[in-house]
Amino acid sequence: MIRFERVTMTYGTASRPVLRDVSLEIEEGVLCVVAGPTGSGKSTLLGAINGLVPHFTGGRLDGRVLVDGRETRTHAPRELADVVGYVGQDPVAGFVTDRVEEELAYVMEQLAVPPAAMRKRVEETLDLLGIADLRDRPMRTLSGGQQQRVAIGAALTAHPRILVLDEPTSALDPTAAEDVLSAITRLVHDLGLTVVLAEHRLERVIGFADLVVRVRSDGQVLAGPPGEVLAGMDRVPAVIELGRLAGWQPVPLSVRDARRRAPELRRRLPERAAPLHDRAAPLIDRAAPLPAGPGTGATADTSLTARGISVTYGDVVAVRSVDLVLAPGTITALMGRNGSGKSSLLWAIQGSGPRRDGTVSVAGVDPATLDPAGARRAVGLVPQTPSDLLYLDSVEAECRQADRESAAEPGTCRTLLDRLVAGIPGEQHPRDLSEGQRLALVLAIQLTASPGVILLDEPTRGLDYAAKTNLGAIIRALAAEGRPVLLSTHDVEFVATVAERVIVMAEGELVADGPAAEILTASPAFAPQVTRILAPDPWLTVAEVASALEPAGVR
Amino acid sequence: MARSFDPRLPRPLHPLAWWAWALGLTTAASRTTNPLLLGLIIVVLAVVVNARRSEAPWARLFRLYVIAAVFIVGLRVFYRVLFGGDYGTHVILALPELPLPAWAVGISIGGPVTLESILAAAYDGLRLATLILCIGAANVLADARRLLRIVPNALYEVGATLVVALTVAPQLIESVLRVRRARRLRGAPGRGPRAFVGLFLPVLQDALERSLSLAAAMDARGYGRTAGVPARSRRVTSALVLLGLGGISVGLYGLLDATAPPWLGLPMLGLGAAAGLAGLWSSGRRVRRTAYRPDTWGRPETLVALSGLAAAAVMALAGSIDPAALDPSLVPLEWPAFAPLASAGILVAMLPAWLAPPVRLAAPAATLRRAPIGDPGTARP
Repeated sequence: MIRFERVTMTYGTASRPVLRDVSLEIEEGVLCVVAGPTGSGKSTLLGAINGLVPHFTGGRLDGRVLVDGRETRTHAPRELADVVGYVGQDPVAGFVTDRVEEELAYVMEQLAVPPAAMRKRVEETLDLLGIADLRDRPMRTLSGGQQQRVAIGAALTAHPRILVLDEPTSALDPTAAEDVLSAITRLVHDLGLTVVLAEHRLERVIGFADLVVRVRSDGQVLAGPPGEVLAGMDRVPAVIELGRLAGWQPVPLSVRDARRRAPELRRRLPERAAPLHDRAAPLIDRAAPLPAGPGTGATADTSLTARGISVTYGDVVAVRSVDLVLAPGTITALMGRNGSGKSSLLWAIQGSGPRRDGTVSVAGVDPATLDPAGARRAVGLVPQTPSDLLYLDSVEAECRQADRESAAEPGTCRTLLDRLVAGIPGEQHPRDLSEGQRLALVLAIQLTASPGVILLDEPTRGLDYAAKTNLGAIIRALAAEGRPVLLSTHDVEFVATVAERVIVMAEGELVADGPAAEILTASPAFAPQVTRILAPDPWLTVAEVASALEPAGVR
Repeated sequence: MARSFDPRLPRPLHPLAWWAWALGLTTAASRTTNPLLLGLIIVVLAVVVNARRSEAPWARLFRLYVIAAVFIVGLRVFYRVLFGGDYGTHVILALPELPLPAWAVGISIGGPVTLESILAAAYDGLRLATLILCIGAANVLADARRLLRIVPNALYEVGATLVVALTVAPQLIESVLRVRRARRLRGAPGRGPRAFVGLFLPVLQDALERSLSLAAAMDARGYGRTAGVPARSRRVTSALVLLGLGGISVGLYGLLDATAPPWLGLPMLGLGAAAGLAGLWSSGRRVRRTAYRPDTWGRPETLVALSGLAAAAVMALAGSIDPAALDPSLVPLEWPAFAPLASAGILVAMLPAWLAPPVRLAAPAATLRRAPIGDPGTARP
């Protein structure tokens, strides 16, 4: 169906190719997952399938890409629209119209499908993706998962034989991600569609995959059955890591596979019915070697007290009388579905966002009463799109500006940045950084003011496994200096390795608040993979299991 | 197109029908300053808008047009009071006149205010306000997006650009708000030239990135699959359509402006329409694109459009029979006369309040319905 023949792709000014000598064949009806670190060329590989690379992006592509017998060299993306359905990273940016129904019809209008057939296909697609009740809704009022499903539907109405999806679940909460993924697997199983999708969080998709294509950072590609390809990767989903630790062969790919082997491992593990609230012991285990503390030493043991925080937009209540106390040096994860008020709460606490009611106290002062510079010294917030804070043309200039803004010693910001992520060239444009590097830069800029409290709004979005491990270490180091850290995220696995306390929000209210172990093991939707495999025993991470196994000398 | 519809079932009327109706009333309004007739036109607009507007957000904006109309009349009268106008004899207010230097000949500020000059300003303002209300009614009754969807193939690119602009504009505003809020996080106030740089660049980059990904998405979804049509024939088509639009505009101007030479009116309109139709025919010959759920033109559309045009035609007729009734005399001052023929013509334009399909079913029928089936656009309670 899709054939890459010795494809090498180099972008205009780049010194080395993104893809190097890629030969691979994707058969009809296969669900193919493209894995690899950020910036490794996953999106390039996907774009090459429908000709966006190089027709749209520019650059030089050697070799041939054949899609359903058509060569992308001679067929522009628009000429392939009837074979390949493509859904980009941000579905909202790809919407042409503003109503669900018209969006679904758009591609058919371009392909000159007769009106009667169009009407029928729209109805079928609405049912297929379970979005029939949304047909009349303006696009902007949909939730993230709904938007993603509409985007998939808009590609499907052309009846393509291949569906290409670039990180379809990266912005979604776990439940919405499940919805989208189950819709995708249904398409593979019921319609025999060939699906190629890129995904950072392999744990979500690896169980469904028939083929895994691993793009390495040097541009070379390894393709094969999931078990084989993942065996060679050092950063893998927790389920595989656990399988390796337990010495299971073949390594299980899904929670279901692993669960069947779990009784044996559970017998080897020590009894763990101890009260869940006692998290002290595993915490020490999880605190991996800390990097040199990035703090400026100005803060020690700040705590944050918020009382009765309410946020409203028009007649919508985003946050409803939330009380929150963050103790010094604690890491708290704020979870909840999209639109449950997480961001609004963070912004309200920082004082820059709207707050209808309530008080916040950081070292006796409410940051909302301070000027922006003062509020920044009290509470540092890294927003969901960190690039909003960047406006200069080089990393160096941003760092200098940050020093000036917070009247810090020249070089403070750069030193902080080097401690967070070493080796970012100063002359590089912030737009050219990887997601993880950009996040580190913005975090360094915010830390230059040495805030007493750190708030992070979805910092794990778009990060690969390596960047996430690094972020975890940074967060632990910040907390070790006595700062409370509050981060909102959808990433259960990340929360399991980093946070001590988890708060769950729904409809603007706190619905659960407690130690991470207790909250994460309480509900299957929020449980990390290790918990699901080893339930009912309350284990959270592979590291915990490993340290428990070691003294017994099992390994 | 050939399908027949039960006219009593709810459905949106073809946007062009509403525009034809509204332009008919506009033509009628532009030919008179008689406040009785203008008032009657406003009543007609209000009745039809109230009866047949949908529940979409833009349909609630008629209030804004009313505010604009009131403001225009007020402003006209205010200027007349301020700058005076010394014709007429019925002085109702004697303002002190501001002495101006000799070079400001012909301009006066203050001075006596006459009833005649005030009335002239009010009549004129009322006419302009009525025109604005006519356009407002068309905007409220017809969905602008649906109107864009029926642009002829030859102008498809222009239409697509406008649709994208309508979609992207709110995103851009959102982006500005988001970046401005984020700037505060860096301790920068939201004002001043430095703040502008900090605001402008991220928003611009955001917009550029957005438009690139939109272009990629449109390309991937088959936009611009016109490879089969030779460029020359496309150019001829575009030229014909543009000529047609130009001709129609000039022709309408000729019709609206009673002082324009007669050849500028109907003949020009006819020529423009002919060129436009030729362009449409030429583009329609090579259809590479189809429209999803195209708006249908049925009998209600024809009737609505005709009712508006009837008002215009009757007004023109009334003007040729008794011009004085349409423009009440100010010197000497007279009461505006009742013009029965023109009024009847305007009242014809009120018929769409019943002729156009309803927005929703009447209450008794709705209670009979068990479950909301069919077009959910009409299933709202």
